[in-house]
Amino acid sequence: MSFFKTITTKPWEKKGVIGGLDPEGAINAPNEKVALSVFLVVISVVFSLFTVGYFLRMELPDWQPLSEPGQLWFNTGLLVLSSVLFQWARNIVNSESSKHLTAAFIGGGFFAIFFITGQLVIWSNLQDAGYYMTSNPANAFYYLMTGVHAVHLLGGLWVWSKSSIKLLSGSEAKSLKLSVELCTLYWHFLLIVWIVLFAILSNT
Amino acid sequence: MAYVPLADRDHEMELHHPHTWIGKWVFCQDHKVIAIQYGSIAIFTGLVGLVLSLLFRMQLGFPETADFIDPSFYYQAVTMHGMIMVIYLLTALFLGGFGNYLIPLMCGARDMVFPFMNMLSVWVFLVSVIILMASFFVTGGPTGGGWTLYPPQTTLAGTPGHDMGIVLMLISLAVFIVATTMGGLNYVVTVLQYRCRGLTLMRLPLAVWGIFVATILALFAFPALLVAAIMMLFDLLLGTSFFMPAIIESGTPLDHNGGSPILFQHLFWFFGHPEVYIVALPAFGLVSDVLSVHARKNIFGYRMMVWAIIAIGGLSFVVWAHHMYVSGMHPYFGFFFATTTLIIAVPTAIKVYNWILTLWEGDIRLNAPMYFAIGFIFTFIHGGLTGLFLGNVVIDLPLSDTYFVVAHFHMVMGVSPVLVVFAAIYHWYPKMSGRMYHEGMAKLHFWCTFLGTYAIYLPMHYLGFLGVPRRYYALGSTDFLPASAQDLNTTITIAALFVGASQLLFLINIIWSLRSGPKAGPNPWGAASLEWQTPDTPPVHGNWGDSLPTVYRWAYDYSVPGAHQDFIPQNTPESEEPTVDAEHFDPDTDGSKADV
Ligand code: HEM
Ligand SMILES: [Cu+2]
Repeated sequence: MSFFKTITTKPWEKKGVIGGLDPEGAINAPNEKVALSVFLVVISVVFSLFTVGYFLRMELPDWQPLSEPGQLWFNTGLLVLSSVLFQWARNIVNSESSKHLTAAFIGGGFFAIFFITGQLVIWSNLQDAGYYMTSNPANAFYYLMTGVHAVHLLGGLWVWSKSSIKLLSGSEAKSLKLSVELCTLYWHFLLIVWIVLFAILSNT
Repeated sequence: MAYVPLADRDHEMELHHPHTWIGKWVFCQDHKVIAIQYGSIAIFTGLVGLVLSLLFRMQLGFPETADFIDPSFYYQAVTMHGMIMVIYLLTALFLGGFGNYLIPLMCGARDMVFPFMNMLSVWVFLVSVIILMASFFVTGGPTGGGWTLYPPQTTLAGTPGHDMGIVLMLISLAVFIVATTMGGLNYVVTVLQYRCRGLTLMRLPLAVWGIFVATILALFAFPALLVAAIMMLFDLLLGTSFFMPAIIESGTPLDHNGGSPILFQHLFWFFGHPEVYIVALPAFGLVSDVLSVHARKNIFGYRMMVWAIIAIGGLSFVVWAHHMYVSGMHPYFGFFFATTTLIIAVPTAIKVYNWILTLWEGDIRLNAPMYFAIGFIFTFIHGGLTGLFLGNVVIDLPLSDTYFVVAHFHMVMGVSPVLVVFAAIYHWYPKMSGRMYHEGMAKLHFWCTFLGTYAIYLPMHYLGFLGVPRRYYALGSTDFLPASAQDLNTTITIAALFVGASQLLFLINIIWSLRSGPKAGPNPWGAASLEWQTPDTPPVHGNWGDSLPTVYRWAYDYSVPGAHQDFIPQNTPESEEPTVDAEHFDPDTDGSKADV
């Protein structure tokens, strides 16, 4: 039922039970997934606002664009691989199998850790080259936005590590299906956020 | 869909039953206990905010009588008062308090969808309050930059609390945002997914609609405050220049360069304006239900009320710059924001008309909650009308930063929601505690509060016209102000002290009645919505006994012709309570009045 149709019904006219066990308007998905989806929108707002701040601050005269190091391409590759592995894990649990699940799921998390390590390496290279946060707003935004992105990945890794422990201690694949699915969704989302951030940072 | 017995849906919910006192009252996952925890922390913090306001009013009304109120303390008190009232009292009380208590009950659910996260939310909220209060005890004291925290002023040496105070404030806000986000996800998912059988979205009481839409606003508006807080913390602690321009302080240039204070204002008000509706929408919803129950009439124009809530929620994201007219903006930019601001008055006015039309020809019961609800209509119209003045750029320019603005937002955002808070507490008190409050004392409390707050804020409009600026420690020798401005200030302070003291009536009433109030029974007002139909009063953990309720009608079947009572609970099947077509209804053969 469309939203518009919902809010134009006249509730005082019709009496009796409407809808099935779950009433009209409930979303046919696990509650955790609904919550995660709403949360992803919230995170999108956070990143959009940072981006708006970035573009507004850029207009001011003291802005000196930072030329992003090429290693970012390599890091992006790591994050893509991480997402690919998560997708693989998701496909495995969806096909009710558990073959290679450990490799895919745990591997996915490790590539995310490699990505964060790669980001830290770039940070320290930039520091060594004298691109300090205080010397220019472009630098400050670079550290800020990549940092906030990494923090979100760390949050994901925390959930991932809990599921990984369960997986390693022999939980059934079935019982982890939802966790795997939610992790995958979150990882894809953060990959998209990263690609957008990367595009903005390197084109300005 | 085939009929499936309701109990089947129950297995979704694993209730965690505590056995110890600590488990029951401290680490409790029951939404009702969490609601009371949220509400108590919020009200306690609010009392601190109230005392602060009385202290700075002392300075304004009786300058230099209390010598510990120096300019620094004055600014700190004003700042902390504003922030506490807006965020830690009203937002927390409406969403964390009423949202938690009412959403599961009104939706016919056993609890929130994620009870553990709900518990975490209240604890994180407590941490944010502790951090906030800690700023009173650090060197330099709390921040005195005004609740809007505008840089660079907040961070400069001339402003009290520019060192630790502001840092703690920003951290506390960030922690608060984490708490609200955890709570908010819960409320949204619960309203969407945990409604009981038959409870369509359009059968929800308006209280749930108001809280639901306000929660969505909170989820999308608080990120702006979070982003602003993070960037300001970077400026403060790491020496960046996001917001900080080049500044020369007593001859020495500071390390900052080129930042944009206006950028902060945009971020702040992109949060700040929706924030006023985060407070207002739940108040709208709650007051609608109180009015309808005590007028024994269905709410007038239910659908329009829902549309108005949604429309106000959407529009509130495109009006923020009306707080920044004086910051210097392109005239077309100002024109755009003036237009959207005035448009938002349309759905707001619709709501006001509908409240009044709900009262029209109602069988009004003048119980204490109804006093407060009707009082709200007065104060809200009053404050809304001054908003229309301020929404116009040319009128705002001279009035901005005067007491006229203070009067405006206290009428709409201070007095009005607080009257609703009282209406709602008195209205739901019998359900929450199982006992009745003292009616006479509650009415006395109403008159003191209603007339008292008018005595405070009405004169402020005149002060504003005279040009008395807000946030000034002392007026000094200002030629354009007549000496009588000071007399008015003294009067206002006396009224404020009176109103502050009269809140004791409220506290004494609800605390005393907890033990000594007469037993209230499950549904003393004869209300139709689900929370009044629980098998136990106060409802126990799990709310609904053996099986969840089923809903057959909307929440506003009051004074239905032909029904044997003047209300029909939402969970009464249509077979048990045939609804007579009003046009073919003959009152003479109606037996309903006999057994009421
Ligand atoms: C008819 C609708 C309204 C209009 C047109 C309106 C307009 C305005 C304008 C233009 C200002 C800026 C004044 C200035 O700083 O110069 C303002 C301030 C304010 N309004 Fe409203 N308003 C309306 C309703 C509300 C409501 C419903 C609330 C809260 C529940 C509210 C809360 C506030 C607050 C808190 C401020 C002052 C913030 C500050 O400067 O500290 N307003 N309003
Ligand atoms: Cu506003």
